[in-house]
Amino acid sequence: MIRVDGQGSGKSLIQVRGLTKTYRRGGEEIQVLQRLNLDVDKGDFVGFMGPSGSGKTTLLNLLGGLDVPSQGSITVDGDEITHMSGSKLTQWRARHVGFIFQMYNLIPVLTAFQNVELPLLLTKLSKAERRKHVETALNVVGLVNRMDHYPRQLSGGQEQRVTIARAIVSDPTFLLCDEPTGDLDRKSADEIMALIEELVANHGKTVLMVTHDAVVAARAHTTLHLDKGVLVEASKLGQGVVAGGVA
Amino acid sequence: MKFRSLIFANLFRKKVRLILTIGSFAIALVLFTFLAVVNSAFSRGIDIAGADRLVIVNRIGLIQTMPISYDDQVRAIPGVKYVTHDHWFGGVYQEEKNFFPQFVIDVENHRKVYPEFIVPDDQWNTFVKDQQGAIAGATTAKRFGWKVGDRIPIKNSLYGPTKTWEFNLDGIYHTAKPDGDQGQFWLQWKNFDENVPAVIKSTAGWYILKLDSPDDSVRVAKTIDAKFANSSYETKTETESAFAAGFAKQFGNIEFLILTIGSVVFFTLLLVTGNTMAISVRERTSELAVLKAIGVTDRTILFLVLAESTVIALFGGLLGLLLAWAAIPVISAAVTGLLPPLLLSKTMLSLGLVFAIFVGMVSGLLPGISAMRMRVVNALRRV
Repeated sequence: MIRVDGQGSGKSLIQVRGLTKTYRRGGEEIQVLQRLNLDVDKGDFVGFMGPSGSGKTTLLNLLGGLDVPSQGSITVDGDEITHMSGSKLTQWRARHVGFIFQMYNLIPVLTAFQNVELPLLLTKLSKAERRKHVETALNVVGLVNRMDHYPRQLSGGQEQRVTIARAIVSDPTFLLCDEPTGDLDRKSADEIMALIEELVANHGKTVLMVTHDAVVAARAHTTLHLDKGVLVEASKLGQGVVAGGVA
Repeated sequence: MKFRSLIFANLFRKKVRLILTIGSFAIALVLFTFLAVVNSAFSRGIDIAGADRLVIVNRIGLIQTMPISYDDQVRAIPGVKYVTHDHWFGGVYQEEKNFFPQFVIDVENHRKVYPEFIVPDDQWNTFVKDQQGAIAGATTAKRFGWKVGDRIPIKNSLYGPTKTWEFNLDGIYHTAKPDGDQGQFWLQWKNFDENVPAVIKSTAGWYILKLDSPDDSVRVAKTIDAKFANSSYETKTETESAFAAGFAKQFGNIEFLILTIGSVVFFTLLLVTGNTMAISVRERTSELAVLKAIGVTDRTILFLVLAESTVIALFGGLLGLLLAWAAIPVISAAVTGLLPPLLLSKTMLSLGLVFAIFVGMVSGLLPGISAMRMRVVNALRRV
């Protein structure tokens, strides 16, 4: 169950408590996120919606350990990441987070296979083991026959599939998707969303997704709305949500 | 190395830029190697100078002579083992451009003082008996296609009216070390003395003495100069290496010149490679950010950039050294007589390679550190 009232049982996969992020621009202090609470269980699929500047991407960056909060805590699978050093956080990301970006962000000079293999280069897996994992991930996204293609030889939808394969190849604890269909046509977007749904339904993945697109957001189990750094609304779509907004 | 494919794929991302960078690196390294070879050629005389040899010249200058009678007086000084004397002949073989150093030598003692010059005994004995004889260095003999038994005409205008002296080539000398001076031409002092004007007769251009021990050099030098002080031919005695260094300085401060040009080449290389890497890193900001996001450590990012700049430098360096290896013998042949032989030794090749790798690493350092310090969130926002 997804809760935003800070009253979770403590057994959630992701627990966010009093999360605040403040930036200073000139002399002005801008509060991007304000004392935000969130509990996400394993296998949940959460969509975050909101206007530009509402703090969606900032929240995603904080959950992915790419940025540090000004206040509050984030605990993932029992590990509190908010006080980890930079190098610890890097290691933690490699193990626990799979990133899916709007612009795919594949390395253009590497083949699909090599792009998907990148996260595994940080592990102690042998070459043969890495190959097996990469082929499995590419099989999941339906691109095993395109593994030797370079990104420029793939369509946008196929590139995003490679990105998804790269995100899941190391079997991370959860996936963070930042506008995963933002650069795709509707048909490709549908295919990508179907793939993400399949990852949740058949592979038990936990997915947190930021999107502007209400149609895409509707595919998530739950959609949370952010406005000016505050969770102002929670709409129940698939699973139960305990709404509370700001605690 | 797990990231090998990424490093090489990035290298070949912009092929034209890669070729131009490697090309400029290679050309700069050719220039750098050439300068190092010239410097080495000028300092070689200093390096191979015998530690136990002193050179006596006229205090006024090298072109002033000294009486031949100094020979016996110097020989009598305790600590002096052998004494020999030379004269500069300064003739021209066929044309002015065919320059090579010609020395008038004292056949009785020359071999004792200079054991590093190797002449077969039979050739040497023929030379000693032949007053019109001459011995040529292997390089000079090869340069003009001379062989033992040839008659060598050399025009000279230093000693009286211009006259052609004819010599019988009785032998060819080599040196024990391949980088030794094999360009000289020796003729007999007796022949010289009989054919020069009266004012030059019974003189020596300079004396070379071999000591019992190098430890005696200061004492013996002081004794000699004191002995001939206030005479008509005061002397200046110094070690052979000091003499060789002074001789090299006649061409100007070669070492300073080479150091200056070398420094310019070094910084140009740094800027060229550093600029290439800086542009390359900037172009890949989002990719580096993604690598960091998926868990590549800052150190690995730095390593990737350094590896790339080092590989560029290594390719450029190898190409440059290959070009230098091919070009320097040609240049050396073209400037024979004007400059000492230019030799590109294995040590110099190794140093060139080390230099290239060093430049590669240093030039990648700034872009590498900036990539390492880049914040993922900021970099991703720039996409």
